[in-house]
Amino acid sequence: MESRFHSVKLLEDKCKGCTNCIKRCPTEAIRVREGKAVINAARCIDCGECVRTCDNHAKAIIANSLEDLQGFDYNIALPAPALYSQIGRASGPDEVVWALEQMGFDAVCDVSFGADIITECTRRYIKENTLLKPLISSACPAVVRLVQVRFPGLIPHLAKMESPMYAAARVARARVGAQLRIPDERIGVFFISPCAAKVTAIISPLGSQESYVNGALSIGDIYGRLIANLGRGGSSRPLYRGSGLGFGWAMDGGELRALGDMKALAVDGIHNVIGVLEEADSGRLKRVDYIEALACQAGCVGGPATVENPFVARVRMRDVSAGIDARSMAESLQLAWDCIDEFGDDFFHMHEPIHPLAGMELAESLESAIARMGELERIVRELPGLDCGACGSPTCRTHAEDVVCGRAIETDCVFKLRERMQEMAEDLLRLARTDLPSMARRDDD
Amino acid sequence: MTARDERALEMDFAVARQDFAAAGEVASRVKQVLRQLGIASDLVRRAAVAAYEAEMNLVIHSSGGKIVLKVDSERIVVEARDIGPGIPDIELAMREGYSTASDEVREMGFGAGMGLPNMRRCSDAFTIDSSAGRGTTVTAAIYIAKPGS
Repeated sequence: MESRFHSVKLLEDKCKGCTNCIKRCPTEAIRVREGKAVINAARCIDCGECVRTCDNHAKAIIANSLEDLQGFDYNIALPAPALYSQIGRASGPDEVVWALEQMGFDAVCDVSFGADIITECTRRYIKENTLLKPLISSACPAVVRLVQVRFPGLIPHLAKMESPMYAAARVARARVGAQLRIPDERIGVFFISPCAAKVTAIISPLGSQESYVNGALSIGDIYGRLIANLGRGGSSRPLYRGSGLGFGWAMDGGELRALGDMKALAVDGIHNVIGVLEEADSGRLKRVDYIEALACQAGCVGGPATVENPFVARVRMRDVSAGIDARSMAESLQLAWDCIDEFGDDFFHMHEPIHPLAGMELAESLESAIARMGELERIVRELPGLDCGACGSPTCRTHAEDVVCGRAIETDCVFKLRERMQEMAEDLLRLARTDLPSMARRDDD
Repeated sequence: MTARDERALEMDFAVARQDFAAAGEVASRVKQVLRQLGIASDLVRRAAVAAYEAEMNLVIHSSGGKIVLKVDSERIVVEARDIGPGIPDIELAMREGYSTASDEVREMGFGAGMGLPNMRRCSDAFTIDSSAGRGTTVTAAIYIAKPGS
């Protein structure tokens, strides 16, 4: 099995082996083994649901650090729009840009600007192509991985658009390179990420062969330094800034608001996304043309690498979005169109194919998978069906899967173990009651 | 292929009449099982559509029954067996747009008269065995292409 990079990691010393995370994982990728959670790399989609669930903070998002800026001559920060939702009302977007500059960045380019570009490209893509419906937005990388792992039949439905982050990165990189005559390899581009899935997407890109972004910093990791610098009160303008609609992409329903009138559906929260994709996968969403699906509840403002309550963050995001005045809104949209004219639509399309990812299969050959499925059904029938998680697998069914695949034994189930002990105790008692030839015959009482 | 009949899977899923709340669960389970068997996604999808239509037919029209999923190395079979009331005119039932569903059911978005035609469309072999007064068995088979063929 190929090994895949994941930004979600387990901090072993903090893990108590409780079974909260295994229950919430949307791809049933986690087991508790020898008292610690173990993540199956083939199934993990980096949604960060386990990071959110763990009360012991034993799941971490491994991202870059500010020291990594040292590797470049000129560094550009790409803040996700969600970053602005994490800051109190006292500081406006320009203060945040200034604070980022104090932390070592030479320039800041808002990803909301990339969102404006992708909105327009998506609009044209839908208009000019005959596409499978419903078309599924590829903006959330956790959703794209979910499709690859759990809904491979929906891969042809994914909109093959680059993300707002990539659009912003590609344009910012090209402009800085040309204007300041800095060789491309000396320019460092760092995304300020609200989530694990984006970090993974940067380190192993979904669609594009090369990564235009050099690294990702988690909002949670840099939050302290950001707040400290915000208190100093400077203000600065970004290289590019998007419209209010571009900022709105960070909230549930935001991409659809930007795209405008469509027969579309917006869903947020990974478990809700699964419900909708089940419908789509069975061909039951014929009246829906477009699906905006975000892994996190409330959208990116509720990402696992954020610090604020998602619903509070959403209100702030709305304020930021509304605070972009009409004139600069028109300017930002014009800027997006100019960029598309200059670079071409195609520049913002995803060109690499998206492949299904193996991970859910019981065996490599159909014959042995059939044999294992038969055995699995037999085991499931004999299990209590409580889905208690004490065996370390999230459900009785996944425990049975693990047994037939040789990753667990039946008596890992406490109920099966108890049954076996009862049988053994009865055997022992029977043996203990056996009369020996040298003993007098005992009356049964 | 002598091993073909020894290595066959058969699973039953009960479907209760008029149970709209649970409708679709069998189709999801069928899809999950086929995915775990490593079946190609286009075949999984066709089988899931067949299972869904069969399940909805049982919920809407039958007095209750079950979906039987059979898989061997050559084919996926989705079979819907019910205990009645039977289909008086199969030819009419197969006509697109023909339905005996009630107004209430149509208001819920079902009963468009596309269930059986959809099932036939996504299967490689399709049979209905029924008559009024006894149960119906609808069988949809989807062939698993051998690699390279």
